[in-house]
Amino acid sequence: MSDAIYLDNNATTMVDPAVVTAMLPFFTEQFGNPSSIHQFGDKVGRAIKQARQQVQALLGAAHESEIIFTSCGTESDTTAILSALRAQPDRKEIITTVVEHPAVLTLCQQLEKEGYRVHYLEVDQRGRLDMQTYQRLLSDQVAIVSVMWANNETGTLFPVEEMAQLAHAAGILFHTDAVQLVGKLPIKLQESAIDMLSLSGHKLHAPKGIGVLYLRRGVRFRPLLRGGHQERGRRAGTENSASIVALGKACEMALAAIEQEKTTVRALRDRLERGILAQVPHCFVTGDPGNRLPNTCNIAFEYIEGEAILLLLNRAGIAASSGSACTSGSLEPSHVMRAMAIPYTAAHGSIRFSLSRYNTAAEIDRVIAAVPPIVAQLRQLSPYWADGAPVADPAQAFVPKYA
Amino acid sequence: MWDYSEKVKDHFYAPRNVGAVTDANGIGDVGSLSCGDALRLSLKIDPTTEVIEAAGFQTFGCGSAIASSSALTEMIKGMTLDQALAISNQDIADYLDGLPPEKMHCSVMGREALQAAIANYRGEVWEDDHEEGALICKCFAIDAVLIEETIRANHLTTVAEVTNYTKAGGGCSACHEGIEEILTKVLAESGAAFDPRRVVADTAPPRLTSLQRIRRIEALLESIRPNLQRDHGDVELVEVEGRKIYVKMVGACSGCQMAATTLSGIQQHLAEGLREFVQVLPAELLAQRTEMGGQ
Repeated sequence: MSDAIYLDNNATTMVDPAVVTAMLPFFTEQFGNPSSIHQFGDKVGRAIKQARQQVQALLGAAHESEIIFTSCGTESDTTAILSALRAQPDRKEIITTVVEHPAVLTLCQQLEKEGYRVHYLEVDQRGRLDMQTYQRLLSDQVAIVSVMWANNETGTLFPVEEMAQLAHAAGILFHTDAVQLVGKLPIKLQESAIDMLSLSGHKLHAPKGIGVLYLRRGVRFRPLLRGGHQERGRRAGTENSASIVALGKACEMALAAIEQEKTTVRALRDRLERGILAQVPHCFVTGDPGNRLPNTCNIAFEYIEGEAILLLLNRAGIAASSGSACTSGSLEPSHVMRAMAIPYTAAHGSIRFSLSRYNTAAEIDRVIAAVPPIVAQLRQLSPYWADGAPVADPAQAFVPKYA
Repeated sequence: MWDYSEKVKDHFYAPRNVGAVTDANGIGDVGSLSCGDALRLSLKIDPTTEVIEAAGFQTFGCGSAIASSSALTEMIKGMTLDQALAISNQDIADYLDGLPPEKMHCSVMGREALQAAIANYRGEVWEDDHEEGALICKCFAIDAVLIEETIRANHLTTVAEVTNYTKAGGGCSACHEGIEEILTKVLAESGAAFDPRRVVADTAPPRLTSLQRIRRIEALLESIRPNLQRDHGDVELVEVEGRKIYVKMVGACSGCQMAATTLSGIQQHLAEGLREFVQVLPAELLAQRTEMGGQ
C-alpha cells in the first residue's frame, strides 16, 4: 500500500503525524478527567481550552464558548435540528435540500413520520438551488433551515451565508452542515448570520469520533444529551480529551494551510480533471465546476458502472469513490446524481476524486495515465458500447425486458 | 469494500466469454438501467441436440454483475437447454463461492438472461415476473417487495410472523424497525394498525427428527400429487440434503417447459408445510454436483 494513491479525502483523511503526536500523551500521562480538581485533571482541562480556541480560530467564531465538542458530524447535525424543534414546539416545518448528506436527510425523513413537514429544496442540472423557491418557503411555521455548505459528492457550494441572512430576516434559525468545507476554504462565522454549523474531525486530518457543533451565542438551544456539566451542560458526557486535542491541532494546521488548499490542491485537481477529460471520450464533470470545493472532482463516465471502475482503480493502487448504486447496496444511484437529473447511463458511472494537501503532482499523473485504459476495458464489456463508440441509440439498441 | 470471494474477483478481473457470440441464435436482454445492471446474453445452440455450443455476454454493471455473467457463460457451455434451465440463481452464486446479500440480484439477473435467451431461441416471449424492492434484511437478502407481498398474501401482523414466512429479520434483527414500518404500511391498507405487543401463538416451527421431516415432506408431496396427475405428470422424492430437497419430475412433468415453475410451486408448498426454508431442485443436479466434485 506504500505507493497507493489516496483520492478519497471527502470520505475520510489521513491523521497528520503531528496531530497523532499531539494527542498521544492524553492516553497515557494526561489521562485525567478534566472535571477533576487535582493536577491530573487540571492540565487536560487547559489542553481542551486551547483546542477550543484553535477550532474557534479556524471557524472565525466570536467566542470560544460557541464551540461544542461532539462525537461526530452526524451528532452535530442531529443536535442542531432537534434543538431547534424542541426550543420552538409551535413550529413544525423544516427547510433542507434534496442533496443533503444522509445525516440530515434520514433524520428529516424520520421527523416527517413523526408529523413534521419538511421542505426539500430541489437543484438544477448543475446542482444549484433556486433562491426564489427558498424565499417563498420562509414562514413563521419553519423552525430551522438546514443546508449543507459544500456537497460531499460534487463539491458544489451553496450560498449559505446569503441563505442564513434571508432566514434571519424571516426570524428563522439557520444551520449548515459544513463537514466538507471546514479546512478547505476560509470561514468567518462572526461576520455571518449562520446560527449553527457542524464539522467533523476526520475530514480535516484529525481522528474519527470527534466533531463540533458551532452554536452562536444567544441562540436558543436544547441539548441532545443531558447529564453532566461538560460543554457548559450543552453536551453531557466525559470529554474525548485526546481527540479534542487532536482536532485543535488539526484545525491549527488547516488554518495555516488554507491558502495551499486554494492554490496547490486546486491546481492538482484541475490538472487531474483536464488530463482525464482530454483522454477519455464520453465523460463529463458533474455539479457546478465554477463554484465548488478546490479539492473535489466528480466525473461521470458514460455506459459503465462505478463499482467496476473502483475495483479496477483499486487494483491499480488508486482509491476513489462512486455515486453508483452498487457501492452502497441500494438499487438507485446516488440521490445527488438523481437530483441533478444525470442520465442513468452516466449516473452509475460517476466517480469522485477528492484530493488533499498530501497529494503530489506525480500521483496525479499516475492517475491520469491509469484511468483511460480502465474505462476502455469496461466499455468493451458494455452492451451500450460497440467498436469504440456508444451504440447508435443506446436507448433503442438495447432494451432490457424489465426496467 | 465488498467481501467478494476470490472466484468473484477472478471472474471480474479476467471475465470469460466476453462479447456477442457470432451466429448466435438465442439472445436474452435483461436488466434495468435505473438499477445499474443490464446484461445481454447470446447463445449459439445446436438445433438438433439443443446443446449450448457457445455463450457470450455483454454487461453494464458492477463487479459481481460482471462476475455472475462470466460464471453463467462458463456453467452453461455444453449443457442442453433443459439442463441450463435448471440452473438457479443460487447455483450461480455457489459457483462463485457465494455473493454478498446485497449482490444476490446479480445472480438473479444471470438466470433471467438465460431464460430470456432460451425463450428467444424457442420463439417464445419471456415474461419477467421479477420485481425487486429496497433491501431490508441484509442477513438473508430479503427485499421490501417480497415482504410486502408475503404480508398481504398471508395476512401477517407481527415481525415474528414475517421472519417465519420470509426469513427476513431472523438474523441480526437490525431490520426489525424496517419490517415494522412495512407492516404498518400494509396493515393500514385494510384499516388495521400495527400492534408491536401482539404475539401470535406458536410461532416457532416444530422440531422434527430427520425421519419425521422426510415423512412430512412425502406427505406434503402427496397432497399436491393430484394436481400434477391431473396434467398426467408426477413427482418423486429422491434425496434430502439439509435444506436442499431433490425431486424427480416424471410423466408429462418430465421435460415440460413449465418444469421450473412447477418446481418453485412445490418449493413454496414444502416451505410453508415445513415452516422452514427449503430449496427444491431437480434430481439431475444431484448427479451433476457429484461430477463437479461434490460442490
